[in-house]
This record gives sequence, structure tokens and C-alpha cells, in this order.
Amino acid sequence: MSDFISDFWNLYVIVIVAGSILACVALLIIQSKATFTPGKTMGHVWDETLEEYNNPMPQWWSWLFVITVVFAFVYLALYPGLGNFKGVLGWTSVGQHKDEVEKVDATVKPLFNKYLAMDVKAVASDKQAMEMGKNLYLTYCMQCHGADARGAKGFPNLTDSDWLYGGEPEQIKLTLNEGRMGVMPPHAQLGADTVKDLANYVRSLSGLPSDSVRAAKGKEAFAAVGCSGCHGLDAKGMQAIGSPNLTDKVWLYGSSEAVITETINGGRQNKMPAWKEFLGEGKIHVLTAYVYGLSQGK
Amino acid sequence: MSVTKTTYNDKVVRQFTVMTVIWGIVGMLVGVIIAAQLVWPELNIGFLHFGRLRPLHTNAVIFAFGGCALFASSYWCVQRTCHTRLWGGPLVPFTFWGWQVVILLAAITLPLGITSGKEYAELEWPIDILITLVWVSYALVFFGTIAKRTVSHIYVANWFFGAMIITVALLHLVNSAALPITLTKSYSAYSGVQDAMIQWWYGHNAVGFFLTAGFLGIMYYFVPKQAGRPVYSYRLSVVHFWALIFTYMWAGPHHLHYTALPDWTQSVGMVFSLILLAPSWGGMINGIMTLSGAWHRLRDDPILKFLITSLSFYGMSTFEGPMMSIKTVNALSHYTDWTVGHVHSGALGWVAMVSIGAMYYLIPRLFGKSEMYSTKLVTTHFWIATIGTVLYIASMWIAGVMQGLMWRAGNMDGTLAYSFVESVKGSYPFWAIRWLGGVLFLSGMLLMAYNMFKTMAGGNTQDTPVNIPVAHHA
Repeated sequence: MSDFISDFWNLYVIVIVAGSILACVALLIIQSKATFTPGKTMGHVWDETLEEYNNPMPQWWSWLFVITVVFAFVYLALYPGLGNFKGVLGWTSVGQHKDEVEKVDATVKPLFNKYLAMDVKAVASDKQAMEMGKNLYLTYCMQCHGADARGAKGFPNLTDSDWLYGGEPEQIKLTLNEGRMGVMPPHAQLGADTVKDLANYVRSLSGLPSDSVRAAKGKEAFAAVGCSGCHGLDAKGMQAIGSPNLTDKVWLYGSSEAVITETINGGRQNKMPAWKEFLGEGKIHVLTAYVYGLSQGK
Repeated sequence: MSVTKTTYNDKVVRQFTVMTVIWGIVGMLVGVIIAAQLVWPELNIGFLHFGRLRPLHTNAVIFAFGGCALFASSYWCVQRTCHTRLWGGPLVPFTFWGWQVVILLAAITLPLGITSGKEYAELEWPIDILITLVWVSYALVFFGTIAKRTVSHIYVANWFFGAMIITVALLHLVNSAALPITLTKSYSAYSGVQDAMIQWWYGHNAVGFFLTAGFLGIMYYFVPKQAGRPVYSYRLSVVHFWALIFTYMWAGPHHLHYTALPDWTQSVGMVFSLILLAPSWGGMINGIMTLSGAWHRLRDDPILKFLITSLSFYGMSTFEGPMMSIKTVNALSHYTDWTVGHVHSGALGWVAMVSIGAMYYLIPRLFGKSEMYSTKLVTTHFWIATIGTVLYIASMWIAGVMQGLMWRAGNMDGTLAYSFVESVKGSYPFWAIRWLGGVLFLSGMLLMAYNMFKTMAGGNTQDTPVNIPVAHHA
């Protein structure tokens, strides 16, 4: 596709670029033909002492000038520059990028294909595969899950054995491929009193200090207002929909009454992006094994 | 020598000269502070953080320090080489006071975050208008003086000053075109890749005309003056002047290699940047060869030391520039500290050193003294400044190449070997050396200020009478 809205601009660029370079050469040639009187001045004096010698330009300097001009024309013949003329080599920056990507892919793909043929659990015990998995993790995952994979507020820890959506290879792979949308709806409409009861109940579930009267009222509300619909009657969560287990000691946003109140009132929205298109099968497979391996042996 | 009754307007030169030293200290101090902020991040206090102070540093050193040096030396040069008093009456003091107000407004608005966001053109529209008024007055004064010259030929230094004045006016008007929304906020008249192209057309020619052509004007007056020898080659000055101002105009796209800028534009920018090598070097040759036959004078004349060293740095950075504009080199150097080192080899080594040399020439003459209060201190200043510059450039080269190599290093699985923050960590020792280089350069400026005020004390500030031109003897 042309970069110009009309052919006039194409010609304009060609004429002005080529003409400008030629003008530089013409300037050099014309001025080189002047009469020189080396060691003698031009005969003008300014401010008592300022004069100019009528020396010729140094030859090496003139040649340097000519060489750069010749280079310019050779370059403009080989590469795009003169308007719509694409250059003899047919080079484009988009093409260069494509070539480089293909070159890397050609050496990298066989490596991943080798592991793609293996079971995730077997890949997880392969030293080289885990090295590659770590490189991938440090490139694509650490921004959210942290350099040590222990997560942060709102971003799950990947090194423990607690899983929102399941920690088996198939589930991890699904998470990586398709991403996840974790949505807890807001419940401020229940009123401050009930929310406080619920917060106390949730804290009591994992053995944290709580007001026992409020916790008891909260337990009733938990079933009555619909919390158990997602988190289950036993509050242990459901991996099928990614609802967290409220009875363990793992907290995605924090365990203080204030943070739990904030969670109940405002709800939470969390998103893990889908990587299938961007990373491709091979990388996803190795990354699955790496994430799986992170929580093994703990 | 017969003498007429009219005098040169030395008052405005005196004002700009003193402010060159003052603004030099201020601008370089801010530079030292932001260099320290990179080494010790806890020094980013409140709104006085790197992001706010960096444009203050660049504006202060380029337009306050460099600008005052250009005004002072061009006003001195144009009067003496035209053998007439500055034209323009009240416009002359207006250029001084107007420019000082621009600088003060920059020093207030930039730390407050009032910016148009265009590099080296950050000042908002009301200040841009004031700059335009001052600059047009400058042009009127300069060309008005040229017009009433009493010699027929225009001296080469004035070609360069003139080209600088005309082009900077054009660059400023086109790049700063914007739609004002409030008194302190405007939006650029351009968008997208056109905006980027115009910005770097401006940005590179600010380097080419403000920081190169203008300071070559300084060189062409003060080097032959101080050396007491004729300029090496008149023809060389003709060719390199026209070739320089012509090819510089095209080089801007090399700031946008491997971006959304069309491929053809990038090629044209690269090719003209390479052609720029010889025209740039023409100035260096003409300056350094002027000294041939008088090399011994370098030994005990610190002003010549400043001037000739500045030309060496000029030659080095105008070789480095075309090399860095080659796409494959740029792929490594772009966005790294190599660029910062390159800029400072030009800024400290060339622009600052040639200005300092010229100011040391001017100060005693402006205050009726035969020489600086202490020539020894000038020599000390020279060595401190040179060591500071070398430390700065060398550390940034190493840091820059290291960053470039780290960013492109890959693992066998196609991932990057280093994260960005690892290259930051690796840069710390070199940032500390850079800071030290800056501290040295700033210390030199403090010595200069002391020496200047001592020279000024009890000085005579009478304007000197205009010289009658020497009759032609060709």
C-alpha cells in the first residue's frame, strides 16, 4: 500500500530527496573549482584581526563527503526511501520482524514439540523443561503472581496447595488457555448489621477471633441470603465456579474484618487473561507443567 | 587606529554573560540532582521528582545557559564584525529581560507539572508566545545590525548565528502550534505519527541549529580571535555551512527508527544523517586547523584549551551521531543511556566548553580588565570540566551498551534472558559515576562564578568605541 494520498507526493519526495543530495555534491564541486591561494588570506579583515585563509578544502574531507553521498544513493537503491519505490531488496520493517520471529520459532518450536508429546506430570520432572517453564513464567506471569509465584493481594499464590479452580494438570491448562473470570456480587443491600454478622461468621470459620453472637447470626444469614449458593453450605467453596473455600487460612484479599466487610459490601471482580492465542499450545503445555510443579512436594 | 564617537552596546552582552554563568550553575545543579535521584531513589521528594525536574534541567541548560551564551556572544560578535552599534533601541533590552522572564516562568511551571509534553518544547502556550516575541526581536536586532554594517562582507560567524535565528523561529512556531484550552493547558495541533515526526523534526533541528549552528558561530569568532590567526579555509566554511544547514533539516526521522513512521521516511532520515558527517566535521577542521602553527599556545592558554577541546568533543559526537542513526546500530542504542551519553558529549564537551571559553574571553573585556582575576583557576576549571565530561560519557557508554545487550539477550526457548529491572540494577554503578562526572562539571562552574565576580569587582563598565574597519589590502 502506498504511503501517499496521491502520486504527486510520491514524485515530490523522489525529486526533493534525490535533488537535495545532488545539490550537496554540486555545492562541493563548484566550490572546489574556486581559485585557491594557499597560505594567503581572502583580503577581508573584521574587528582588527579576523581574517580567512584562501586554503582549499582538505582532500580527505571532500572524499569523505563524496563517500557518504555515494552510500546514500546505494542505500536508496536497495531500501525504501524514494517515495513509493520499494528498493531492490524489497526490505520492509514489517518483513524484517516477521523473518526474525520465524527464525526464532524455527529453533524454538522443536523444543516445545518434544514436551508436547509428553504427559504434564512427566514434563514437570524434566529439568530442562522446568528451566524453560521458569523463563516463560518470568516473562508472562510474574507481573501478577510475583517473581516467587507467591501472589499478592487479589493474585493467587501458586506455590501452595489451595486452588480456586483446581490444581490438576487439565484444570491448570484450562485456566491458562481460556483465562478465568472470578466474580463475587456486591451485598451491601443486606444492611450494615447483617454484613457485620457475616464477616464475623466468615472469620470464625477459619478460627480467627470473632464476636460469637454475631457469628451465630451470620451463620444463619449465610444460608438464608444466598452465600451458600456459591460457597456451599459448608463454606468450602466450589472449584467448578472458582468460589473460594472460606474455612482455610488462605485469603485472596485479606482476613481482617474490615477487608471482609469490604468484600461483602462491594463484591470482587477478578480476571486471569486467556493465553491460548498468544502463547500457543507448546508454551502453554510447558507452563502448565511448571505451575503444577510449583505446588508439588509441599 | 582612528576611532569614531559611537560605542558598541556592551551592556546587553555584559548582562547575558553574567546570566550565562548563573543559569549554567542552576541548570547543571538540577542535572546533578536528577542524576542523584536515579542513584538514590529516596531523593524523589514530593512533586520534586525526576519526572518534573528533568525537563527543568534540559530547559535550563539548553535555553537558559546555552541561550544566554548565544545572545551574549552573537551580540558581541555581530557588532564587532559589522563595525557598528547594535540596531534596535529598546528591542535590545527587551530581548534580555524577555528571555529572563521566559526562564523564570519555565522554572515555575515545569516543577508544577504544567507542560505541553513535547520534549525540549514543554513550555505552555502563553510562554511560547513570549518566546516568539523575544525571538522576533532578536532577529530584528541581529539582522538590523547586519543591515547597517560598515563593511561589505558578512563574517562567517554571522552566517551561523543568522541561520540559527531564522531556523529556530521556524521550528518553534511549527512545533508549538497548539489549541489552548485554559491558560495552562493546550493540545498539539498534530496527532499520531505526524505529531511524532514534527516533534523530532523540531527536536533534532533544535540540536542542529540551536546547539550546533549557533555554537559554531561562537567558534568562528572566538577561536581565530583567541588564537590570533586567520580561519583555516574560507571555501570550507562556505561548503560546510550550506551543506550543514541543508542536510540537518532532514535528519529528524532517525529518532523514530522502528516505529510507526513509514519505512521510506526512516531511510531518508538515516541517509541524510550520514551525509551530515562531512558538513559537521568541516567546522571542526576549520577550527582546529586555525591553530596550526600555533599549537604551543595551547600549553599556557586555558581559554584556547577550552575552545580546542570543545572542537574535539564536537568532532567526536558528530561522528557518533551519524553512526547511531544507522538502523542496525540504533536497534541497540535506542532508548538506552548511550543516547544520554551521546547528548552529553555534545552538551558538556562541545556546547558548554565552547561557551565557557567564550565567556572567559568576554568577562575581562566587558569589565575593563586585561585578564581574568585568576588564570590558574581557569586552568583548574578546564581540567575539572574535562575529567567530569569523560567520566559522564564513558559511564553512559558502558551502561548504554550493557542495557542494549541485556534487553536483546534471549534464552534458547525464545524468552528474554533479563527483565527490565535487572538492567536497571546493573546500571547503578554507572549512574553513580555519571553523577560524579556531573558534580565535577558543576564544581568547575562554581569556580568560574567565583572567578567572574572577582574579575567584575571594581571593574569599569564603559562601552568601547566602535572600530573603523581596516581598509582592504587584497
